[in-house]
Amino acid sequence: MNRRWRMLGERLSQVIPVIVLATIIVFGLLQLVPGDPAMTLAGEQATDERIAEIRHLYGFDKPFLVQYGTWLGHAAQGDLSRSLLSGERVVTLIGQSFPHTLTIVVLALLISLLVGVPLGILAAMRAHTRADTAISALSSVGVAIPNFWLAMILVTYFALGLGWLPATGATPLGESVVGSLRHAILPALALAAGGIAELTRQLRSALLEVLSSQYMRTLRAKGLSETAMICKHGLKNVGVNLLTVIGLLFNRLLGATVVVEAVFAIPGMGSLIVRAAINKDFPVVQGVVLSMVLVVVATNLLIDMLYSVLDPRVK
Amino acid sequence: MRGWLRRDLRAAVCLAYLAGLVLLAVLAPWIAPYSPTAQKGAEALADPSAAHWLGTDDLGRDVLSRLIFGAPASLYASFLAVSIATGIGVPFGLLAGLLGGWVDRIISRLIDTLLSFPGIVLAIGVTGALGVGLTHGMIACGLVFSPTLARLARAQTLVVKNELYVDAARCFGASTGRILLKHILPNAVQPLIVQLTLLLAAALLAEASLSFLGLGVQVPQPSWGAMLARAYTYIDIAPEQMYAPGFAILLTAMAFNGLGESLRDVLDPTMKRR
Amino acid sequence: MSVPLLQAEDVLVQFPAPGQAPIRAVDRVSFSVAANETFGVIGESGSGKSTLGRALVCLNRPDAGRILHDGADPFALTGRAFRAHRRNYQIIFQDPNAALNPRMTILDSVCEPLEILGEATAAARRDRARAMMDRVGLSGSYAGRYPHELSGGQKQRVNIARALTVRPKLMVCDEVVAALDVSIQAEVLNLLAELQGEFGLTFVFITHDLGVVSHVSDRIAVMYLGKIVELGPAARVRHAPLHPYTEALLSAEPSALPAAMRTRERIVLHGEIPSPADPPSGCRFRTRCRFAEPRCAVDAPAFREVQPGHFAACHFVDQLTLQGPAS
Ligand SMILES: Nc1ncnc2c1ncn2[C@@H]1O[C@H](COP(=O)(O)OP(=O)(O)OP(=O)(O)O)[C@@H](O)[C@H]1O
Ligand code: SF4
Ligand SMILES: [Mg+2]
Repeated sequence: MNRRWRMLGERLSQVIPVIVLATIIVFGLLQLVPGDPAMTLAGEQATDERIAEIRHLYGFDKPFLVQYGTWLGHAAQGDLSRSLLSGERVVTLIGQSFPHTLTIVVLALLISLLVGVPLGILAAMRAHTRADTAISALSSVGVAIPNFWLAMILVTYFALGLGWLPATGATPLGESVVGSLRHAILPALALAAGGIAELTRQLRSALLEVLSSQYMRTLRAKGLSETAMICKHGLKNVGVNLLTVIGLLFNRLLGATVVVEAVFAIPGMGSLIVRAAINKDFPVVQGVVLSMVLVVVATNLLIDMLYSVLDPRVK
Repeated sequence: MRGWLRRDLRAAVCLAYLAGLVLLAVLAPWIAPYSPTAQKGAEALADPSAAHWLGTDDLGRDVLSRLIFGAPASLYASFLAVSIATGIGVPFGLLAGLLGGWVDRIISRLIDTLLSFPGIVLAIGVTGALGVGLTHGMIACGLVFSPTLARLARAQTLVVKNELYVDAARCFGASTGRILLKHILPNAVQPLIVQLTLLLAAALLAEASLSFLGLGVQVPQPSWGAMLARAYTYIDIAPEQMYAPGFAILLTAMAFNGLGESLRDVLDPTMKRR
Repeated sequence: MSVPLLQAEDVLVQFPAPGQAPIRAVDRVSFSVAANETFGVIGESGSGKSTLGRALVCLNRPDAGRILHDGADPFALTGRAFRAHRRNYQIIFQDPNAALNPRMTILDSVCEPLEILGEATAAARRDRARAMMDRVGLSGSYAGRYPHELSGGQKQRVNIARALTVRPKLMVCDEVVAALDVSIQAEVLNLLAELQGEFGLTFVFITHDLGVVSHVSDRIAVMYLGKIVELGPAARVRHAPLHPYTEALLSAEPSALPAAMRTRERIVLHGEIPSPADPPSGCRFRTRCRFAEPRCAVDAPAFREVQPGHFAACHFVDQLTLQGPAS
């Protein structure tokens, strides 16, 4: 137990510099704006007052470190400024959008696991057979397919064609669970294609590695069946590996939703940042990027903690 | 090389496809039957015919011609993003691996941090700052891809820098730059080439995504992603418009991935997929 | 007396070991090498010979003590001056293959030192490289080949030719023939002997083979677990050793005589060489020394001059009667 706490402490001490650097990068995005950022942000027809206001808002007249310090101080208190477009608080906008995004991502992750894990096991058990070849061909497609294109195809057939599911929009989970799921299922499916493919591949190769180990050869010699070996020993050894993959997958899906949300007109983080980026609504862009990276860092930390519970070597 | 292609059918097919695509991109103005921007309002959203093999879009533009003219944009975008990622990532990775110490610690932390951002989200943020457009979008993607390459280059350098031939070069008074260029890079390059090829696929998909979102290629310039964005707006009346550009993206990404995986199998036998 | 070409003063080289005290691969070693001398270093595997050799040519920086080249500390030089200085002190490694960049042709490898020094035109550099390859007995037909196409002996010749192109003053030969076929070993050793006269070289000759080292060396240093335990003229070390470890090494040498006719007993070293990460207290050799006494576990023996020019580190160096080599 003691050791586990120490590991956690160590991990935290690694996470903190990452968070600090991440905030610097997010804030530093503004430095990439060419020319006078205040003028660019204010837009072409802005009045001088508006430009001055923005300059003051960002402290463009002060040195970078001062600007950063002020911004960070506010951000740490949960104040990410206001949208230049709507004037609404960025935190409020994110609070409204994130649940939609998270619903899709979590659903996509679940689908990826439910489909990818059995497929990976099947491919490993039937390695180098026709089934394996078919699965691997499918996963090549899954990895390479543009998820927003897949989303469009799904909309065409299941929403517009068959009318089974709504084509656009979202319902908050709190309002109606069924409604929310009905809206989330197509986007999640579009996202999950890549996840399924990735999981299948990783699981297959990890399982094959374990199965070819000396230990497994001994078990096989003792007459254990292939299925029993995979279920009892293979998966246990692969479990930790799987956690890492899930962590990476979560990151990937969180990014990928941005585009899929556009197809389904879901008012999530993706729509928020895209609109903000096109309109140079920088407080919103920064807020979205920052909150997403924080979610990823937190998830990875959580996974590391699960790690120390699951991995017998850590005990 | 020839022996390898004969033995590895997948590599041969992918390479042939990509070579054909590059040729198509270069020769687009001579090959394409129509101008990609020529509008014939009367023939909007026409079905495939002898005159328009893949039909026409909502403005009566020839889909096949737009598809062909989209190839250079997509390839340019992929290569630009990957070149930028290489230009940033590889030198930083090499330096971190070679110098170690605090340089390595800072660069490694930076790599960890950048990898924590969901790629596309950061790319959108950077594009938003630089201003929308294909080149800006791909600079953003290059930045986002660079830590992957930096991490790989660093790991490779850590292996190669302890080789005796590096020590021998040091004894002759070779400078750090010379050691990096002449000894470490050539011996570390194989896994990097594999990764570059795989990144080309990722860049292609990223370009398509950004153009779809309106952050990449701007109208009326053709690109596969932009064609999909256009097709999306009348998905309810002409869904078949999305198939040509979609398949172009899918097949090209699969070709880059397939080539990368085949390269990995020959260049790096320890990583071979069983 | 003139300044020695090379001096080691109290040199310590250690490697960090995770979760333990650092490994002292070379532990406070001192000696000097005069111009045109052949200085032999002998010791078992892991005794720190290679690390010492690398420190002598500035590949490892001493954690304490100093290396002096021509009386001056090379590490005091910086940047370009340091790099320019290094040509004078070269090393030939034990593994001839690993010392060659697999992606460079033989000719490119041999040309590289001159290229680094910026000497002569590219064509002149190639001529000089080819001439040097010729001198070490490598036919010009190898110039365009890659290392994997050559045999071990040929590769070691390439390494020697490459080092000689910069006309070094001193050359560290780290077990240069250990990886080669026995039939090739003598050829390469003879070549080195010829080159020494021809190029006025000073050698630091590292080996674990006493037979080799005592024939070619003027003086010999015997290393055990990072320490030099005995140092003296080759003939004296070989025929009248002062340290029990040297005695054991000598007796382990293959003998020409059948066992029944030998005058001396064979001294077998018992047990493994202790880990350099955790060396024995006091005298490091005590765990395997046949003369060890309680004092040996407490005090580390001083390294002192027992006879003129002949040093040893043993508490009882004056009292022991040691055997000479098996003859
Ligand atoms: N780069 C390194 N990192 C950590 N430890 C090292 C390193 N190089 C050498 N050592 C350790 O230092 C000690 C001395 O090694 P060294 O190679 O100098 O011995 P050696 O006498 O040359 O042996 P051999 O006859 O096997 O070549 C060994 O215990 C070795 O494990
Ligand atoms: S000091 Fe003691 S242990 Fe060491 S060599 Fe001399 S007698 Fe042997
Ligand atoms: Mg050695």
